[in-house]
Amino acid sequence: MDHVSDCPSTYLDHGATTPLRPEVARAMADARSQPLGNPTGSHRPAQRARRLLEESRDEVAGLLGRSPGDVVFTSGGTESANLAVFGTLSAALHQGRTPTVVSSAVEHPAVRESCRAAAQSSPVTWREVPVDRCGVVELDALAEQLELELRGATTLVAVMLANNETGVVQPLARVAATVRERSDTARLFTDAVQAAPYLSLADAASGADLVALSAHKVGGPVGVGALAIDPSTELVAHHYGGGQERERRSGTQDVVGAVGLATALRLAAAERDDAARRVGALRDRLAVGLVEAIAGAHRTVPAEVATLPGHLHLCLAGIEREELLVALSERGVCASGGSSCASGALEPSHVLAAMGVPDSLARGAVRFTLGHDTTGADIDRALAVVPGVVAALRHGS
Amino acid sequence: MSGGVDSSVAAALLVGEGHDVVGATLKLWGGPSDSGCCSVADVDDARRVAQQLGIDHHVFNLTEEFDRHVVAPYVRAHVQGRTPNPCIECNRAIKFDRLLERSARLGFDALATGHHARVTGEGPGPRRLRRGADAAKDQSYVLSMLGQAELARVLFPVGEMTKADVRGHAAGLGLRTAAKPDSQDVCFIGSARGREGFLADRVELHPAEVIDGRGETVGTVDAVELVTLGQRRGMGHGSDGGRHYVVAVDVPARRVTVGSAAEAVITSVVLPRASVTWVDRALRDGDRAVAQVSAHGRPAACVVAQAEDGLVVRFDAPQRPVAPGQTVALYDVGDPDTVVGAGIAA
Repeated sequence: MDHVSDCPSTYLDHGATTPLRPEVARAMADARSQPLGNPTGSHRPAQRARRLLEESRDEVAGLLGRSPGDVVFTSGGTESANLAVFGTLSAALHQGRTPTVVSSAVEHPAVRESCRAAAQSSPVTWREVPVDRCGVVELDALAEQLELELRGATTLVAVMLANNETGVVQPLARVAATVRERSDTARLFTDAVQAAPYLSLADAASGADLVALSAHKVGGPVGVGALAIDPSTELVAHHYGGGQERERRSGTQDVVGAVGLATALRLAAAERDDAARRVGALRDRLAVGLVEAIAGAHRTVPAEVATLPGHLHLCLAGIEREELLVALSERGVCASGGSSCASGALEPSHVLAAMGVPDSLARGAVRFTLGHDTTGADIDRALAVVPGVVAALRHGS
Repeated sequence: MSGGVDSSVAAALLVGEGHDVVGATLKLWGGPSDSGCCSVADVDDARRVAQQLGIDHHVFNLTEEFDRHVVAPYVRAHVQGRTPNPCIECNRAIKFDRLLERSARLGFDALATGHHARVTGEGPGPRRLRRGADAAKDQSYVLSMLGQAELARVLFPVGEMTKADVRGHAAGLGLRTAAKPDSQDVCFIGSARGREGFLADRVELHPAEVIDGRGETVGTVDAVELVTLGQRRGMGHGSDGGRHYVVAVDVPARRVTVGSAAEAVITSVVLPRASVTWVDRALRDGDRAVAQVSAHGRPAACVVAQAEDGLVVRFDAPQRPVAPGQTVALYDVGDPDTVVGAGIAA
């Protein structure tokens, strides 16, 4: 194989992180162009920082259809998920309750591992609700789970807006209705990190009590996110200190990051329908082209199931995804295997396992995620490269 | 690239020679371990070295294969009273099989590792496997089961160097692994609980009585599965004050037999036919060779004979017993740095 190192890169891994949008970079540079103080101070630079922070908060709250006071800035999606899970469970524990957290079986590790840790270290019960073969949460199972619990025991239900690996969109409105019907106490948390570029955050936030967001999945900077918290939701802080963010998240706020998050979300919201149409058409062309050109390739999620427009998840029979990703990288095509551990090694996907995808197929799972800067030329290139790489891996050695 | 200094320098040397090099680290073990090839810290070290060398780096998760081909047989062997060498099985089944195949599928011409050994021979001619230049670090024993198919496609860039040279080279390049201690022992077994703790988590270990040659009980051991033929540690002393050695282990009967140093010797060992591999040519009946029965064991002169049950290695001088499961590496009698073949003691 030629090891092409200077060829242009076809970046189809927006689900991992997106390039910073130039407009966002400009907004952040503008914010930095004058002295910024600590937003808690009283002098002019501090007041300027505070103004930028609150303008950003207003903007994020507006997009969520929430009050500004509901929005807590965090360091990203993982912190938001940790705060949602531990914050609500701790509040219940402090009141002497023994809470249960119920999550879908396909949640991001930020949610799943938080639930696991909470259940290991405190009298918290964690239950996972199965998904169907398409990766959609089983509403009947959720309803059953909520009824099984003693009255008032379920503190939190966590169902993501769309899955990070497969892109499958969860029926959040129906999840919310189920939670309201079956439990007086349960709060609904939705991880909207992956969905933010394409789905209406206001719709999500109308059903969920807590919503997690991250800037870098939507053209913003890494290191900033938000958690929207409905005022009726009791939540205990997990960062102690100066009492910032209304004592829900102490620590000096990242003002420039907040500007980046707000700008990125605003741009995404303004372009949402056009972007979904454009990216969805590119994704469909990639899907059809690859399935046609590669024997034994099939879409992990049938085309008729609602997925994020940028996601294409394929299972390639007889292929080791570790080898495929290396070979694609050598050819300048950036894709993802879905799930990796601390060392960077790929791990068996809990999402595919929950969907009942057999291990033999899951070994050949690959995720292509398109984004705001993906062009038709990128898709042409992927279609030109991927089938040949797969064929070489199957026949070579 | 294990995250150690040898494979770091192996990569550096190849990059220096102008090859197109990609670093790969194997994740082999999912369980807890504080040593060797499997920790996140080691992967970080390997990745950082690759970055410093300006090459791509990948982590390959071969934990399932490692469990199937190395860890499970390791546990099984102990239950059978055998003494396995997991490093050899890892080289045989993982590094020079799965990884070598993978590198070929990905279009690479060769797989390089940081082993202290040398491959000689060029073009279509046969390859020979030789000891590393640094006798104290020589790893030809754990590679002794390689054949032509593997040797034609592997490189051992540090094989010509002493360990001190390797460390010096790494330090000169500012690699963070330059002063990293050598890995010790079996990579998947943590030092805190050791081999006994590892096995106790997986199989039932049984106490056994220790008897001497007259059948008298002279002691007990906590786990017969952990006793190795020829072992001295924990076996006490005879009535004459001499140390006791294990001369027989009977796992089903939960019985260990000990004897004096003079009794704990053998003059031959049988390598079952299926376990025997040759580097480039088979020894014939009556050929002389030099045998080595552990990674840094003393080489012993011997004669090989073909028998019905396999290859018989007859030592010129009596030896400490070779435990079943131990690999016996055979070296060329005329050139005792060259590996001829290997087999596993019955």
